[in-house]
Amino acid sequence: MEIFLQQLVNGLVVGSVYALVALGYTMVYGILGLINFAHGDLVMVGAMTALQTMLFLMGAAPGMSPLAMLTLSLAVAIPVCMLLGYTMERLAYRRLRNAPRLAPLITAIGMSFLLQTIAMILWGRNYHTFPQLISTVPLQPVAGVFVTPIQVTIVVGSALIMAALIVLVTKTRLGRAMRATAENHRVAALMGVDTNLIIALTFVIDAALAAVAGVMYASNYGIAHYGMGFMPGLKAFTAAVLGGIGNLGGAMLGGIVLGLVESFGAGYIEHMTFGLLNSSYQDIFAFIILGLVLIFRPTGLLGERVSDRA
Amino acid sequence: MNELASAVPWLGRRNPQAARWLIIIVAIAAPLVAVLFGRTWVRVLDFALLYVMLALGLNLVVGFAGLLDLGYIAFYAVGAYTAAFLASPHFGVHLPFWIVLPVAAGCAALAGIMLGFPVLRLRGDYLAIVTLGFGEIVRIFLNNLNYPVNITNGPQGINALDPLVLFGWDLSRNLDITENLSINSLFLYYYFFLACVAGSIVFIQRLQVSRVGRAWAAMRDDELAAKAIGINTRNLKLLAFSLGATFGGVAGGLFGAFQGFVSPESFSLMESIAVLTMVVFGGMGNVAGAIAGALILSALPEILRHLALPVQQTLFGTVLLDPEVLRMLLLSLAMILMMLLKPAGLIPANARYSHVEHLKRHGVSR
Repeated sequence: MEIFLQQLVNGLVVGSVYALVALGYTMVYGILGLINFAHGDLVMVGAMTALQTMLFLMGAAPGMSPLAMLTLSLAVAIPVCMLLGYTMERLAYRRLRNAPRLAPLITAIGMSFLLQTIAMILWGRNYHTFPQLISTVPLQPVAGVFVTPIQVTIVVGSALIMAALIVLVTKTRLGRAMRATAENHRVAALMGVDTNLIIALTFVIDAALAAVAGVMYASNYGIAHYGMGFMPGLKAFTAAVLGGIGNLGGAMLGGIVLGLVESFGAGYIEHMTFGLLNSSYQDIFAFIILGLVLIFRPTGLLGERVSDRA
Repeated sequence: MNELASAVPWLGRRNPQAARWLIIIVAIAAPLVAVLFGRTWVRVLDFALLYVMLALGLNLVVGFAGLLDLGYIAFYAVGAYTAAFLASPHFGVHLPFWIVLPVAAGCAALAGIMLGFPVLRLRGDYLAIVTLGFGEIVRIFLNNLNYPVNITNGPQGINALDPLVLFGWDLSRNLDITENLSINSLFLYYYFFLACVAGSIVFIQRLQVSRVGRAWAAMRDDELAAKAIGINTRNLKLLAFSLGATFGGVAGGLFGAFQGFVSPESFSLMESIAVLTMVVFGGMGNVAGAIAGALILSALPEILRHLALPVQQTLFGTVLLDPEVLRMLLLSLAMILMMLLKPAGLIPANARYSHVEHLKRHGVSR
């Protein structure tokens, strides 16, 4: 039971991060019908930029409080990612908006590898220790379950961000314009929506989410690496599909569910397969879920879209 | 061959016959020229031919049938590991090459069908990401199937694969003609691979103009319309996946025997992307494009490797970009820039059947 609850907590923490990243995939997919493969790598850029800032601050102002340092590093990482997201959209995706659907997809894959390569050039190929500014010492155990302050921060932080995003999309003028553009570019443009601006803003907002998720992800595991974004990116996409792509609530639900499945899967797989498989197979769960969802319920848990958009 | 010949710049359109001969001469002379710069370059050519086979196979799936496959390297892995199981000291099995290669191809084809069945309904992006997942699953299994029963030997990979032996003729040994003159094994492999590639080209070109090839083109251009005129898209998709996989499996088997060593590292996602880039860069749906893309993108990083390091050394006094970084940079830029500037690829496929302009140009009334 204790193991069960512990895995539940771990799953929730990872799931919240997946959910944040999944929101980025789902918003771009909803508005452009594009899987932005490079989104996962924005997560990495966010983490790496934050790491660089922290290292700089540690050298420049050794006595700084961890909270201030975290805030400052986020304040650097978020704009960097936003700028990068905007640049990608402006330079590559916008020009391919009317191209055959294969073209933007291949460009997105290229973007993803380009970002990884640039990160490799800037930060080398080694794993870096990511400063864990929020304590990772467990709090008082409740029912035998250890929860660390960083885990609490991640879950609460991502919940707040998601709530803010929902308000933005459902209640504001910008949100309405986004939904209109997602529904139909041309009609939205005829109604006076600057669709180019809205699409660019979507990319910028997504990039900000990715940056925050990157800092959370790296803080949770305590390491950062040029390739750290790709796999979580794919998993987040899986989460978005699981929830129903193009649906914000779905992305959140999918992220949490995927986090839980992975956490329980890794915890119990050895037991369930009588030692045949072990936790090094953790990464296959996301892909198996993806396959199953696409075969049996292509609209996802909450979505309405069909799967054969080509 | 015609497609390849007409892609030769300048000569192709004026004198296809001469272009054809030029290609044959270049193909035969290439390793003889390469060896002047050192034996490694012959090795590079050998690997380039393996990439050509992979690109041809992937082109079948992506270019002909229009199914974007991001896990193609999984079939290469299946072929290579099958060869490793059947001809290495790992299990102590040493079957002759003429059994190993067909079995490797067959296993890969089976893997292709296994992938194809569940994803029949998917197209476009969803298909891409599911195939990517398939490739990753295969790699994860290769990496971890050394416990509790050692099947793949885990991350260490399998060593000492049997070399290629054709009719008692060992390709890994230098061929001694006289006391002083011997042909290096790298050349023997080159010409054997060249023969395999030539066979593949003939097969694929016949396939392209066959009923199946034309049905693929129809399916690629408009699946609904293809279904409406009675094309069985399900079988065609499975056939595309399994045939493409067969090429991957054959290339994998050759790769294993040539390198004498397989490990999960050779079958990473990066390799899938690299092969896809070759197809896209060369021009999808066209044999000449796949070949050109594969040759350029597998040789260029090697050339850069030999040029860029000394250049950086003299300019900056230190190596800023190591060869692997350069390769990734080149591939990712090739993908992005090609899509932005020349989406049809280096050698655009001439749409023989489907495009209205083409039909008009050739005087076919509608």
